[in-house]
Amino acid sequence: MILVKDKDIVVPGEVLAKNDYYPGRGTFKEDNKICSSHVGLVSIRNKQISVIPLVSKYIPKRGDVVIGEITDIRFSMWGLDINSPYSGFLPASEVFGKEKRGLENIFNIGDVLFLKVVDVDEVKKVKLGLKGRGLGKFKGGVLVYITPSKVPRLIGKRGSMINMIKEKTRCDIVVGQNGVVWVKGDPEMEKVAREVILMIDREAHTSGLTDRVRDTLTELIKKVKG
Amino acid sequence: MIIIITPDEFKRVSQATREDGRAPDEIRPLKIEAGILERADGSSYLELGGNKILVAVYGPREAQIKRLQRPDRAVIRCRYNMAPFSVEERKRPGPDRRSVEISKITAEALRPALILERFPRSVIDVFIEVLEAEGGTRCAGITAASVALADAGMPMKDMVVACAAGKVNGRIVLDLSEEEDKRGEADMPVAILPRNKEITLLQSDGNLTQEEFEEALDLAIKGCLKINKIQKEALKKKYGE
Repeated sequence: MILVKDKDIVVPGEVLAKNDYYPGRGTFKEDNKICSSHVGLVSIRNKQISVIPLVSKYIPKRGDVVIGEITDIRFSMWGLDINSPYSGFLPASEVFGKEKRGLENIFNIGDVLFLKVVDVDEVKKVKLGLKGRGLGKFKGGVLVYITPSKVPRLIGKRGSMINMIKEKTRCDIVVGQNGVVWVKGDPEMEKVAREVILMIDREAHTSGLTDRVRDTLTELIKKVKG
Repeated sequence: MIIIITPDEFKRVSQATREDGRAPDEIRPLKIEAGILERADGSSYLELGGNKILVAVYGPREAQIKRLQRPDRAVIRCRYNMAPFSVEERKRPGPDRRSVEISKITAEALRPALILERFPRSVIDVFIEVLEAEGGTRCAGITAASVALADAGMPMKDMVVACAAGKVNGRIVLDLSEEEDKRGEADMPVAILPRNKEITLLQSDGNLTQEEFEEALDLAIKGCLKINKIQKEALKKKYGE
């Protein structure tokens, strides 16, 4: 027996279904009731019910690409804030060979890097790496923070949404899976891109978003060009 | 025609309504709003009669104090604070015996609802600020804190909702106001998880017989369920339903 519809907004503790359904992400089973554990949208896929959270925190996973800011320099590693309950570290060996001197000459506190999560161990120590295509330090630009669970919406189907924003604003945009977005371009266009990204974050759960984003973009760009 | 003049005290009992005109099983007007603070992870604002309460939730975030960390779960910290201007007579700012107690019982009332195992080695901070107080602030604080936690995206087994019942003029009534609390014989705050009606907080101040206690508990749970509906509406309203 099902008590909710697809795409309904539910709150924690709400009973979604009884018997013959399976609990998916964002839900749990109690006796034979399936309940929501988040504020989110219901998604039903062949007898499996899950709740997509409307807000969430980023939990680091091996293989993710993230954007982090350096907050600490130690003897042989950098400490980074990756917009998560757990901070990350970048070992000096990722950058140079054997000698480990002058870490602050390479990256200093406040620098923003594009990194890969190499490993997350049992004690939630997040090891980061710089080996890979496009990874490294950002020069200039602004950071925009969104909810990590909305990153797929910002990118869109095969990058449709993000490519549209890139094209229209002529900005370089990099999205980290931790919900940090780096934008660089013309200062006025950076503002437009920021506005639009925050709009997607706010309205990610509504339908017909791509069209609305396109309209807002055109409008904002017209205003800038004036 | 005979006119019988009854003293005020008797009149109130016979009228079946209370000083502020409420029925015995009626709560004060309640308003909850979710997500009103920009910089907090989750927040809520609640008005219950003359109570005005603001709650901010930060986290789960990295525990700055290492000895607080638990390797298998997150830790919840609460701070209940009354603003100096929240009561008639200016309250001396800072924590006192009462607010330390309420901070502790609030954390304990909320803990069973949270799925803390999801975020090992992190802390969740809940700040409850009482801007105006008019009786029943600890219950209102728990109700608002649970909305703020859900707004922060914290995984929860259920919402937590609290409501007080007590005895005033020999009658069991719901949601005591400050005036009733002062004059009344007993005040009993109750917090529950509304789905399976599990009790997470039960305090009692005053004297109740066993029958009275049971009646008050039933009434408090009824009140909680009413408040829970408004909690849910507040969360859904934020996302435009």
